[in-house]
Amino acid sequence: MSDVVKAPVDAGLGRRIPFKVIASGVLAAVVLWWLFIADTAADNDVFEGLRVMWDGILELPALVINPDAYQSWWNWMSQAEGWSPIIERSIETTQLVVMAMTFAIAISIVLGVIVHRVAALRGPVIGVASIMLTIPSLALFAIFISIPAIGVGDRGPIIALTMYSILPILRNTVTGLEEVDRAVIESAKGMGLNSSQRLLRVELPLAWPIILTGIRVATLLVIGISAIAPLVGGTGLGRYINNGLQRFPDVTSVERMWTGVFFTILLALIADLFFTLVRRLTTSKGLR
Amino acid sequence: MTDLATPPNSSASAEPKAMIQLQGVGKTYPGSTVPAVADLDLHIAEGEILVLVGPSGCGKSTTLRLINRMIEPTSGRIIFDGEDVTTVNPDELRRRIGYVIQQIGLFPHQTIAQNIATVPKLLGWDKKRIAARVDELLEVTGLDPNLFRDRYPKELSGGQAQRVGVARALGGDPEVLLMDEPFGAIDPITRDRLQNEFLRLQGELKKTIVFVTHDIDEAIKMGDRIAILGEQSVIRQFDTPERILAYPVDDFVSDFIGAGSTLKGLNFERVRDLKLAEDWPIISVDTDRADALRLYDASPEKWMLVLDAEQRPIRWVNKHHLADVDTPLDRAGAEVNATVLPNATLHDALEEMLLSNAGQAVVVDDKGRCQGILDIERLADVLKRLRGQAKKHYEELAIQEAADLANGSTPPSNTETGAGH
Repeated sequence: MSDVVKAPVDAGLGRRIPFKVIASGVLAAVVLWWLFIADTAADNDVFEGLRVMWDGILELPALVINPDAYQSWWNWMSQAEGWSPIIERSIETTQLVVMAMTFAIAISIVLGVIVHRVAALRGPVIGVASIMLTIPSLALFAIFISIPAIGVGDRGPIIALTMYSILPILRNTVTGLEEVDRAVIESAKGMGLNSSQRLLRVELPLAWPIILTGIRVATLLVIGISAIAPLVGGTGLGRYINNGLQRFPDVTSVERMWTGVFFTILLALIADLFFTLVRRLTTSKGLR
Repeated sequence: MTDLATPPNSSASAEPKAMIQLQGVGKTYPGSTVPAVADLDLHIAEGEILVLVGPSGCGKSTTLRLINRMIEPTSGRIIFDGEDVTTVNPDELRRRIGYVIQQIGLFPHQTIAQNIATVPKLLGWDKKRIAARVDELLEVTGLDPNLFRDRYPKELSGGQAQRVGVARALGGDPEVLLMDEPFGAIDPITRDRLQNEFLRLQGELKKTIVFVTHDIDEAIKMGDRIAILGEQSVIRQFDTPERILAYPVDDFVSDFIGAGSTLKGLNFERVRDLKLAEDWPIISVDTDRADALRLYDASPEKWMLVLDAEQRPIRWVNKHHLADVDTPLDRAGAEVNATVLPNATLHDALEEMLLSNAGQAVVVDDKGRCQGILDIERLADVLKRLRGQAKKHYEELAIQEAADLANGSTPPSNTETGAGH
């Protein structure tokens, strides 16, 4: 969530180097690393564990540059599976994400405006949105299966993805509205713009670049999480990953997983590009 | 000077129409027992610039914002152009009142043209009329429409931005303009220019303006009338700048206007309104020396003015110069280096006098011909007269008020009042 721009709390950290934060981060990493290796290695032999992991890392370059693997992946995609199902799955993922984002944008901006105007609501609403983001995604998907009205399929994932998107957009909406220059609002009021005119013509347009950043972050987040949707009967590129995992280590299992991963990443990149374009087109020249 | 002639508390009909009236307006914030603005009566005449001035925290901005109900008063009534607007829709009221603030608050996401078009759009003008209005306002505020129309606020300097701020406030052609320290954040040179331009503009537009500042010099420069406010926006003195400078009613006011108020007062008097010194000896360049000497001896002054054939002052001479017959009069003595035109202010004249070789200024007409001589005694007389007039005015006022009280009638609320009531 480091992408959320100008959250007031972070503002101070950018200027001086946060030694304490870095130090505690490094310490935590060392401890985790130690525990992880100690746990996985045979006989709790930490140094043996380290050696095994190091061997794995050394093997990685050979794997990555192995042309046979790519050839086999390409053959699977172009001949065995064919492009049209892949495109279809990509469209399914896109649909999931677009639906979830549509709901999330509508809900978050409305909530953001309300929270901005009613200061007392700020803590509770942001708190609830934060809690939603902390629920593990698989758990959230699973919860929805048990609700009869939702069950298996795309409905559960759409609701879950919407819930995950709310916090980034909501927080940026509130931050964006708060950062609008008081003098601008004062002069707008002084010229006789009523409260909704001020919101639609002044406050939201000025907060828009920050809100858009929130939408972008949420979209990328949700594209990633959407890969889990097939686990609860949903559609999308996640099916390839799921299939591959189920078949592992049979032939074509790796090819399937790679296909799912590659096109998910590709979708995320396209989305990022799309938002760069939207930002350019929808942000006033006076704000750039 | 014309204002001095107006008798105090003359009948309402003789005075210009009151554009804005505050009647017992007060503001007490919730949770506070001390009012921020206490029971304020204020009449603002049509077409005048009324300056509210006072120390920080006296509530002058609050008072201004009560007028367009940016802050809702907790007591009293606001009459706008004869109509009670205390409870009308505040947004509609504000569209009829221009509002300029120090931070300007231009909409950064809109072009200059869109900014200026804000109120006209709210008022539902058609596009053609709005475009014409935008260009007209850019022109009157000294910005080339072709250059500035499509720019964004971030591309403007502070001075340009405040011009646009004024243009935007004038967008819907409001009768009234409220200005809250509009030039406060601008560098002194640009501020001076903006003030002058604004006064020139006001000369054409004749809007009713309420202007808030903490700077007494700005108040003196901009105001037709000045209200000096103390704590809780209580009016300590409300009068023309001339009279306030000549006669501060109490220590609060004189402390606030500070040292040098007498000198500042000289800005309001013009040379042409003075009776010039008559006993100075003046001779022509071809006057006979003996005649000149006789004239010099007859005069109590130590200097004598020499005019050329076209009546233009050229030299100051004294007895020694006159005695020195070898030097012609057009080269004798000291050069006349201090001349003032009749429409110069006494402040300018004083400056000339201090720089002058002879200690006095020669008043000349626009062709440079000598009209008379201005010396320090004349200036002292003027100051004495101004103070005397102002004092008399306030004494009459006190008598009038006493009489009104004795008659049981309430004193008029627009009393050009002195201290504490």
